[in-house]
Amino acid sequence: MNPVNYLYLAALLFTIGASGVLLRRNAIVVFMSVELMLNAANLALVAFSRLHGNLDGQIIAFFTMVVAAAEVVVGLAIIVTIFRSRHSASVDDASLMKL
Amino acid sequence: METLIGLLVAAPLLGAAVLLCGGRRLDRTGHWIGTALAAASFVLGAVLFADMLGREAEDRTLSQHVFSWIPVGGFQADVAFRLDQLSMTFVLLITGVGTLIHVYSIGYMEHDERRRRFFGYLNLFLAAMLLLVLADNYLLLYAGWEGVGLASYLLIGFWQHKPSAATAAKKAFIVNRVGDIGLSIAIMIMFTTFGTFAFSPVLESVGETSEGTATAIGLMLLLAACGKSAQVPLQSWLGDAMEGPTPVSALIHAATMVTAGVYLIVRSGAIFDAAPAAQTAVVTVGAVTLLFGAIVGCAKDDIKKALAGSTMSQIGYMVLAAGLGPIGYAFAIMHLVTHGFFKAGLFLGAGSVMHGMNDEVDMRRYGGLRKYMPITFATFGLGYLAIIGFPGLSGFFSKDKIIEAAFAKGGTEGWILGGAALLGAAITAFYMTRVMLMTFFGEERWRNAPTPSPKEPSVEPAAETRGEYEVPHPHESPRSMTIPMIVLAFGSVFAGGLFSWGEAFVHWLEPVVPFEHGHPPVSALTVTSATVVALLIGVGAAWLQYGRKPVPAVAPRGSLLTRAARRDLLQDDFNHVVLVKPGEYLTRGLVYLDHKVVDGAVNGTAAAVGGLSGRSRRIQNGYARSYAVSMFGGAAILVAATLLMRAV
Repeated sequence: MNPVNYLYLAALLFTIGASGVLLRRNAIVVFMSVELMLNAANLALVAFSRLHGNLDGQIIAFFTMVVAAAEVVVGLAIIVTIFRSRHSASVDDASLMKL
Repeated sequence: METLIGLLVAAPLLGAAVLLCGGRRLDRTGHWIGTALAAASFVLGAVLFADMLGREAEDRTLSQHVFSWIPVGGFQADVAFRLDQLSMTFVLLITGVGTLIHVYSIGYMEHDERRRRFFGYLNLFLAAMLLLVLADNYLLLYAGWEGVGLASYLLIGFWQHKPSAATAAKKAFIVNRVGDIGLSIAIMIMFTTFGTFAFSPVLESVGETSEGTATAIGLMLLLAACGKSAQVPLQSWLGDAMEGPTPVSALIHAATMVTAGVYLIVRSGAIFDAAPAAQTAVVTVGAVTLLFGAIVGCAKDDIKKALAGSTMSQIGYMVLAAGLGPIGYAFAIMHLVTHGFFKAGLFLGAGSVMHGMNDEVDMRRYGGLRKYMPITFATFGLGYLAIIGFPGLSGFFSKDKIIEAAFAKGGTEGWILGGAALLGAAITAFYMTRVMLMTFFGEERWRNAPTPSPKEPSVEPAAETRGEYEVPHPHESPRSMTIPMIVLAFGSVFAGGLFSWGEAFVHWLEPVVPFEHGHPPVSALTVTSATVVALLIGVGAAWLQYGRKPVPAVAPRGSLLTRAARRDLLQDDFNHVVLVKPGEYLTRGLVYLDHKVVDGAVNGTAAAVGGLSGRSRRIQNGYARSYAVSMFGGAAILVAATLLMRAV
């Protein structure tokens, strides 16, 4: 199978993820969309690695996974805290950081 | 002996420091400390004088190098003193008359609760003036010069609770500043031309420089002298300076301050000899001032202001003489010394009259006082005879010599200067006789309450408005006040004769102050007779107007000239129109410029930044998703740009 198709898939996934981040209000869904974007990027990296015949892309994909795991820990903690204090998981409700 | 010179200055300076820092615990003894240190300075001066007389005329100059003040490369400023015959004369005058005025002030200021401070300032005044005349270089002289300015400011404004006194002090200080600029510029020119400002090298090498440089220095020194000696055009402070206590007026007018300008010109004689244009300026200033002061003196009803006009006029004589070159220097100093005696005597007499008259200064409120204050009358009368130049008294000898020297200047100039000096002598006789007649003779006008003057109350704000008129009880002043007056009266009578005896004074000064005999176009006897005739005309005119007829207790309207002279010949109006108004417009223009342009630029920038940030802060709305949009948008633009670059 042509590895370029994986790139199309990655672009599609990334777009879905980006739309989710921009359009959804629920923090959990936004968070999941971010994960989707990260994984789209991973998929692209692995596909490029295959296309070019070296392992750099795959190594970076591992790094991304580690970072994503860390991000999940911190991000979920924040979301849970916000939910506890505000009784809502909407990202638009937490709009206090403005002038 | 040399070390004593520094002590001359140090004694009154110590007095000033002790009295001004000592606080209230010295209130009871302060005046004695001040007087004792002034007297100590006089005794030191007398010791040095005796020592100086014991040596040959040629090596009478003593110098003392105390320390290097500012040694910076080629710039060498020393604190060094030089005591020669000229400074000796001044030292004796300053400390002698100064001590007498200290003694007088003990009585005069008895009821003033700030008497200790007053004596501190008096001592400071003496110290500054001694520093001025003893300095060995122009920079140290400048230090003394400024010290005199400071002390005069403090003393003129001593009764600072009166707004008029505070204003007068400020006026004196500011007008003096104008003159001081002249002195500082002169010193700068000296330094760039000669590389030094010590007296001897400058005065010895001034002949080698161009006449232009000498003229520049001379004119700047003249400006300085005009400021300190109250000469036209910087004369306006002197009349207002009468706001100070009367002993201060005596000190300023007789022993210190106004004599400084004459000292400066005579000391820098070599510079003026090398610059005929500057000399002409000096004699012109002198001649104009002597008439100016005399005319002002004729119209004033305030006894102290009349005397102030007379001081201006007499200093004009000295400046005139000093501008005549070697034929006049010695006589300028001689007149300065005799004037020191009789003017101090006159002012102390005026103070004594005021003391007995509830501090009234308007002579129209005096009259017939000779019965009540015989000693004041006698001493004032002797001072009066001396100042008008009555034959045989001090003023006669010195003033007559100046008039002769003025004629001896030669040519038309000589006739003009001589004529001005003669006219001045006649006017002097007139206004001094007027003062004398209005104060001590005639009806006792003080017995009736003053009638409010119908016209121009702003012209002579002499009598303060009181609720109830209190008839004064004229009485003789205490002995601490009369004794100095008696001593000064002796000086007024005998000093001139003593100095002229075999030209003693001229020969005494000759090693430092060059002298040559002037040759008037007419014989000396003719000049003397003309002087006496002028004197008699003046006295006669005054008697006709103020002796024969009763003096009105309220000033009549007077002629145009009288009214102008009452306003000091419009000096303040002139300054107001020519200097103050344009200055005000200039400052207003600058303020406008500052507000509109400078502040405008700064405020405009601030407003622009503020407006911009006010608009841009709306971008930050707190919605995480809108931030994400901008991030995606930015990333998209970057990718697009990269692709575009690659395609190109």
